[in-house]
Amino acid sequence: MNSTVAAIEVKHAAGQRLRERLFRTATLVAAVLVLLVLGGVALSLLVGAWPALAHFKFSFLTREVWNPVTDQYGALAPVYGTLVTSFLALLLAIPVSFGIAIFLTELAPVWLKRPVGVAIELLAAVPSIIYGIWGLFVLAPILQAHVQPWLIKVLGPLPLIGRLFQGPPYGIGILSASFVLAIMVIPFISAVMRDVFETVPDVLKESGYGLGATTWEVIWQVVVPYARTGMIGGVMLGLGRALGETMAVTFVIGNAHRIGSSLLAPGTTISASIANEFAEAVGDLYTSSLVALGAILFLITFTVIALARYMLMRLDRRALSSV
Amino acid sequence: MNRRAIRKVVNLVALGLSGLATAVGLFFLGAILWTLVKNGLAGLTPRVFTAMTPPPGSSGGLLNAIYGSIVMTLIGILIGGPVGMLAGTYLAEYGRNSRISSVIRFVNDVLLSAPSIIVGLFVYELLVIRMGHFSAIAGAVALAIIAMPVTVRTTEDMLNLVPQGMKDASTAMGAYPWRTITSVVYPAARSGVVTGLLLAVARISGETAPLLFTALNNQFWSSNLLAPMANLPVVIFQFALSPYPNWQQLAWTGALIITVSILILSITARVVVARLSPAGRR
Repeated sequence: MNSTVAAIEVKHAAGQRLRERLFRTATLVAAVLVLLVLGGVALSLLVGAWPALAHFKFSFLTREVWNPVTDQYGALAPVYGTLVTSFLALLLAIPVSFGIAIFLTELAPVWLKRPVGVAIELLAAVPSIIYGIWGLFVLAPILQAHVQPWLIKVLGPLPLIGRLFQGPPYGIGILSASFVLAIMVIPFISAVMRDVFETVPDVLKESGYGLGATTWEVIWQVVVPYARTGMIGGVMLGLGRALGETMAVTFVIGNAHRIGSSLLAPGTTISASIANEFAEAVGDLYTSSLVALGAILFLITFTVIALARYMLMRLDRRALSSV
Repeated sequence: MNRRAIRKVVNLVALGLSGLATAVGLFFLGAILWTLVKNGLAGLTPRVFTAMTPPPGSSGGLLNAIYGSIVMTLIGILIGGPVGMLAGTYLAEYGRNSRISSVIRFVNDVLLSAPSIIVGLFVYELLVIRMGHFSAIAGAVALAIIAMPVTVRTTEDMLNLVPQGMKDASTAMGAYPWRTITSVVYPAARSGVVTGLLLAVARISGETAPLLFTALNNQFWSSNLLAPMANLPVVIFQFALSPYPNWQQLAWTGALIITVSILILSITARVVVARLSPAGRR
């Protein structure tokens, strides 16, 4: 009798060990798959981009030409468009996001915090294509009729920066794309900033108030210095979004492969070029050039996101240690 | 004006501006939703859900696009969800403190914010070129790759919330880790993990860029996973940019449908989380 029980137990234990090994392996394989996906993305972009890079060599990065008819491609215009729209978007989004984060952590009464916070987060959940059609059919006409003529009249004649605001008000173009991008990244940046602000120990803030500082002085001289790294991380995360954002930009950028001196002129970005042309690209060199654009975008966003995550990772550790 | 007064004014102005910034953010959410309702509601007839996407100038609906979106989103989450959950389990349980876990965590965070159009290019190189044509399954795989990092992150976070004492109790009764995880940890973290899956569905159901050159689009009804399949985001993209009023109307209606579904999913997910942890902010 005892030996039967023992035999069953041995069998049972063996079954348990087998399942343990299977389950453990399955989780490990899934975890390694995450690494493989990123590796696969990098590798496939490199392979796809190779023909174009081998053909144009370094000049791919420095030329503005983009001509499917003569099969001549250069990445300068889309790279320029990507960097400029993202930079302008951040310029517009950072102050607003900062304000929202301050409002949510320091000002809003408790009953208002959650609904407003959720509403801002919902802004992040709206798919980018919705921003795209909204930008094209609602925002661009408003910018064209009211904002851009004013910019041309007031800022256009100025020396130096005036050149950025000359030419006809197209409605769609670099500036409109930046505007839509700004609205899109505001929820991301403000959500990170809010989380970062909340890691500031109350004792620090109370010390500030105890010395007679106003709310703003506490924010600017206690909260911001403490949270600086995390804030920069949040901004970089927003930048990563803006650089890679596709649909919203595709609608309002105008898809013109040239570098205009005016911000009101149509342009293109890397992602917009790929979205607009990839499915219809004929010829290996054309397709490969678009993939090469994708590889450049991957390299830029990867660097930015990795830096952002690194900054936020350090913050997490500090936040944990201060609790 | 004395120094004290100046400080007070600066304080009021700064705080006023931050309130204004919040109002600006809320205004844009309101403006977008209002535009969608205003333009989309006009075309929201039963025909939208019963008829196929029409040729220019004639009436039709979005049935094939809605069907395609649901199919690809489902397959996407059925692939990306379990893989993400298993990987999240590894990060939270087996490999909690191992070196490879911190690398995987980092890479996963990068994937989480990687541009979705890059994922589309990857799947194009991986599947579309090999198969020789665009297909629904390629679109679903692209969506799965986007859903995976979201699930990994939320699963890990949620499993970490399960008290160590519960796991210890299970271990003390002689359970192997897999038994502890599947019978104790998963049930305890269930609603959190489900929330993560809901958020992943919300995220992928509106994705357009990765579908443009994987699933492409299809004017007709197709349930063949190996052929191009219509889907709402790409139909909205194509129809909105067309010069035909009936296509544009359908684009607005599609936009309304997709946004409302996603907002409902996101709000549901947040309600579940709020119920899960009374102190939780999100």
